[in-house]
Amino acid sequence: MTAPERMELPGDTAVNGSTGNGNAGGAPLLTVEHLTMRFGGLVAIDDVSFRAEDRKITAIIGPNGAGKTTVFNCLTGFYKPTVGRLTLQREGRAPAYLERMEGFRIAGEARVARTFQNIRLFPKMTLLENLVVAQHNKLMRASGYTVRGLFGFGYGREEQKAVEQARYWLEQIGLVDRADDDADSLPYGDQRRLEIARAMCTEPVLLCLDEPAAGLNPRESADLNALLTFIRNEHRIGILLIEHDMSVVMQISDHIVVLDYGRKISDGDPEFVRQDPAVIRAYLGEEEEEDLPDIVRQDLSADDAGGAGAPS
Amino acid sequence: MYHVAYFLDQLINGVTLGAIYGLVAIGYTMVYGIIGMINFAHGEIFMIGSFVSLIVFLLLGLAGGVWLPLAILLVLLAAMMFTAVYGWTLERVAYRRLRASPRLAALITAIGMSIFLQNYVQLLQGARNKPLPPQITGGVEVVNTTNQAGQAYAVSLSYLQMLIIVLTIVLMVVFTVLITRTALGRAQRACEQDRGMAALLGINVDRTIALTFVIGASLAAVAGLIFMLRYGATDFFVGFLTGLKAFTAAVLGGIGSLPGAMLGGLLIGMIEVFFAGYFNLEYKDVATFTVLVLVLIFRPTGLLGKPDIEKV
Amino acid sequence: MAATIPHAGRPVDRRGILIELGGTALVVFALTVSLVGFHIKDISGGIALDLRFVDVASAVAIAIVVRGWLILMRHGHHRVVAASAAAVAAVLVVSLLFGGAGVQPWLPFKAQLLQWLLAVLSAGFAIGSAVRMARERRPVLSGAGAAQDGAQDGAAPDEQAALMDRVSAQVQRNALWIGAVLFLAAAAFPFMPGVNLQYLDIAVLVLTYIMLGWGLNIVVGLAGLLDLGYVAFYAVGAYSFALFASPDSPLLQDLGWTEGVSFWLCLPFAGLMAALAGVALGFPVLRLRGDYLAIVTLGFGEMIRVTLLNFYSLTKGPDGISNIPPPSLLGYSTQSKMDEETLENTTEFHTAMGWEFDQADTTILLYFVILAMALATNFFTVRVRKLPVGRAWEALREDEIACRSLGINPTNTKLTAFGFGAMFGGFAGSFFATRQTFVSPESFTFIESAVILAIVVLGGFGSQIGVVVAAFLLIGLPEIFRELQEYRMLFFGGSMVLIMLWRPAGLLAHREPTIRMHGRRARASTGSGG
Repeated sequence: MTAPERMELPGDTAVNGSTGNGNAGGAPLLTVEHLTMRFGGLVAIDDVSFRAEDRKITAIIGPNGAGKTTVFNCLTGFYKPTVGRLTLQREGRAPAYLERMEGFRIAGEARVARTFQNIRLFPKMTLLENLVVAQHNKLMRASGYTVRGLFGFGYGREEQKAVEQARYWLEQIGLVDRADDDADSLPYGDQRRLEIARAMCTEPVLLCLDEPAAGLNPRESADLNALLTFIRNEHRIGILLIEHDMSVVMQISDHIVVLDYGRKISDGDPEFVRQDPAVIRAYLGEEEEEDLPDIVRQDLSADDAGGAGAPS
Repeated sequence: MYHVAYFLDQLINGVTLGAIYGLVAIGYTMVYGIIGMINFAHGEIFMIGSFVSLIVFLLLGLAGGVWLPLAILLVLLAAMMFTAVYGWTLERVAYRRLRASPRLAALITAIGMSIFLQNYVQLLQGARNKPLPPQITGGVEVVNTTNQAGQAYAVSLSYLQMLIIVLTIVLMVVFTVLITRTALGRAQRACEQDRGMAALLGINVDRTIALTFVIGASLAAVAGLIFMLRYGATDFFVGFLTGLKAFTAAVLGGIGSLPGAMLGGLLIGMIEVFFAGYFNLEYKDVATFTVLVLVLIFRPTGLLGKPDIEKV
Repeated sequence: MAATIPHAGRPVDRRGILIELGGTALVVFALTVSLVGFHIKDISGGIALDLRFVDVASAVAIAIVVRGWLILMRHGHHRVVAASAAAVAAVLVVSLLFGGAGVQPWLPFKAQLLQWLLAVLSAGFAIGSAVRMARERRPVLSGAGAAQDGAQDGAAPDEQAALMDRVSAQVQRNALWIGAVLFLAAAAFPFMPGVNLQYLDIAVLVLTYIMLGWGLNIVVGLAGLLDLGYVAFYAVGAYSFALFASPDSPLLQDLGWTEGVSFWLCLPFAGLMAALAGVALGFPVLRLRGDYLAIVTLGFGEMIRVTLLNFYSLTKGPDGISNIPPPSLLGYSTQSKMDEETLENTTEFHTAMGWEFDQADTTILLYFVILAMALATNFFTVRVRKLPVGRAWEALREDEIACRSLGINPTNTKLTAFGFGAMFGGFAGSFFATRQTFVSPESFTFIESAVILAIVVLGGFGSQIGVVVAAFLLIGLPEIFRELQEYRMLFFGGSMVLIMLWRPAGLLAHREPTIRMHGRRARASTGSGG
């Protein structure tokens, strides 16, 4: 795996320089450079750059309306970014430039899987069917693009494998018993985890989770943490996470990117971000700035210039 | 000179036809705006409007010698009133219970109502075309010239066409005021945005939706009257194609937008008349539907509709 | 909470009831006074008005009575309703059966059918209120019962819906058995005693609609794409077939061929053409949202019809293409009417077999051809549901955005659904052409699309047996009661509305999973209802 030299981010020096350890270890998996998204006159994301690494959990946090989901939608092809390059490194293959790909290709070929803020399961299909549909492309080839499958040659074995894969993930989320029930009969927390299992059934290299802990009780939240940690450690993929729940973010993230009003205001490991005055200001309001020591304020302005990039 | 005259002739015809489509299109657009369904039976309401107009005309004829403007006014009011009852009943009986059901169920019900009303009128009034002798005659000659063959070719703006144009403009103004300046209009727009919230704020949602149907049906009745006067005949089947084209007009103008519906109506009327006048009479309907397909593909929100960003 | 009869003792709001009754009367009066009250009569040289105010009065009176019954039932006076409704029903039935012409003037409306309908309606009220009366006498048994009594009117429909859900689920689960029985019955049907040519013709017609329903079910039921122009593919199939099969076709004449091509060659060709048409028409529009797609497909249907009507050099326009032969059998013709010259050059099947020619035999042949074609459609659908493409169709119907996030190409997937659906429509079109021996644009109006769609939707989205049931109800029954022809479409539209209001998901709506992890028994033991 070769990481090209040129992938140096504008924000890197400022941010990493101050944290020292935010991006240590792990190879860069996803590189977002100068991502900008405008809707008419509205600038939803303004020149955001960051990296997500292999085998790390990268969290994107920020107040409501900061542009987090828009970043996801650009990454997964639901929006075409106005400006920006989204590079996904792939083992043994040329990198994929996600901004050029259609959504279903990003999922199918670049292997970026995602979940949604408002759960999007197939409500009237069973859990098992949800997980088998996720293996569509593989099974499609196995069924000879339907022609062979129609007469039943050699497709059964592949389907059996797909069911085994589904069973594995149902075991991980503890829902094997309910495999044949409709997805919409599950309680909310289980639906969230089923959506993650379904995304994992596509065998992704990068998993993007849009507020996976939203609406979960503390117990379910803890289960979720365990599941995500398991995925990172055992399946060795990168996870990109949007989250409001700080307990989730601080406990499991390796690296945090903070957005506010579409700009990146901070980027580093949880400890760094927790203490970053820019983050505190964004969450607690402007008046806090008065009380900040001078040295931090200087740091802040440097951050702003660095994190958001020079206006171009 | 002949070419200009011919063009002018087509233009006048296009505007009158467009007025009919526009008035019917308003009904589609308002209903779609407020409950998000295609009221497929709206074309039939238009057809019923034309029948009621015809019946009232005949009644006045029996009464003998009513002053023409008064007669027109009476027919207009009666047609609007009695057709509005059909609109109201349609909503109350067929659609209200299905508001929470899948869209497909509502659409099928609407198609069912359309078939039902068509056959209801056919059973009651017979399948044959019902002619009405011209009621308003005469006009103002606009251009007098000769055609290629040297025959006299006069273009005139008939009093009927003037009446149609004036009537349509007056109704447009009245209804625009109604929607933008009155409590009913505000309630209607609130229901369009969020029915649940509107109900919580004390808006009588059922009544607002019912009134929407009543307004839509009365405008369709006006269109029915105009149709009766302009084309001099009606039958139980006129609602189908007119409704389809009016819906096309609503989509072209941007569904949900009142000025859009009127503009779309005018454009569809023009396209139909000009295509028939310059190219090919038989394929005029094909031309209209081609426009519909093209609009939906390239500008699904129509000419004056608000762009609709896909929310994920 | 209240264990007593829930509605007794509630103060009666007389003014409210009067307003309700008055309102109903007023609305019905306003509805009927124009279109029912006046009949536009065709007279020589113009039109005139006929008055029919008696009918308006009857309609208003009936509305008041029905509303009154509803109000009484709401207030718990089931006994009054049961008694009066039964009385009305009895009077109507007796006078209809034995009254003869003498009582006719005393009954509302002139049409006997409507009078019978009123009798059925009253009987329905009598039975409904009697059932409720019985239920209220019984002590409340369970929590569910108490909850039902608490809700005023909602209880009975909920119970009905639950019952229908159970029935649908049972039907779907036992689809294999039911299907086998139906198949055997269908195979034996032509040879059953009492089956004459007329019944056989009706059966062929019903089977044609079953096949069309199954074909459209792929598009609407599985993929969730609302296609209001399915008749377009039916037409493309019929015309592709006719253009090659009929010796009278302008195309064959241009090519200089004197003989039509065999049914068995034309059939796949017609299916292919229809599938191509489906893909070609579908490609630009499949991105559209549900109801927009519906309207555009409707537009396509009309465009194809208008084109068939006006493209005279190819289709002979309104004259249509005639002289389409029936399917040949083992290389022998089965045609009954042939001119002398053709007769000399062909051997007919019945001659080859040494049989006498019998029109019924041709119909039996047609019957088995359409039965086989319909079964092939069914086999395809049942099989494809268990394949990835079928599951992707269903997933697309459930959530397109989620599908994209799983790497499913929505356009291609929809196109395959559209193409396959169109292909089966094209096959059915070929059959239609060969059966009618004649095609013209008249047979391919929007109403045809609506009928097919209604069969799919009323049967229950995606339910194969539902399609069979709905085809019998909508096509078979009206054909058997031919006298009601006049009212056929009225009832057709009306029943579409009523069934949708009663069961918005369709009669036998129930989805069986396409794959199971635990088998069916496990499901029953965990006891989780779907």
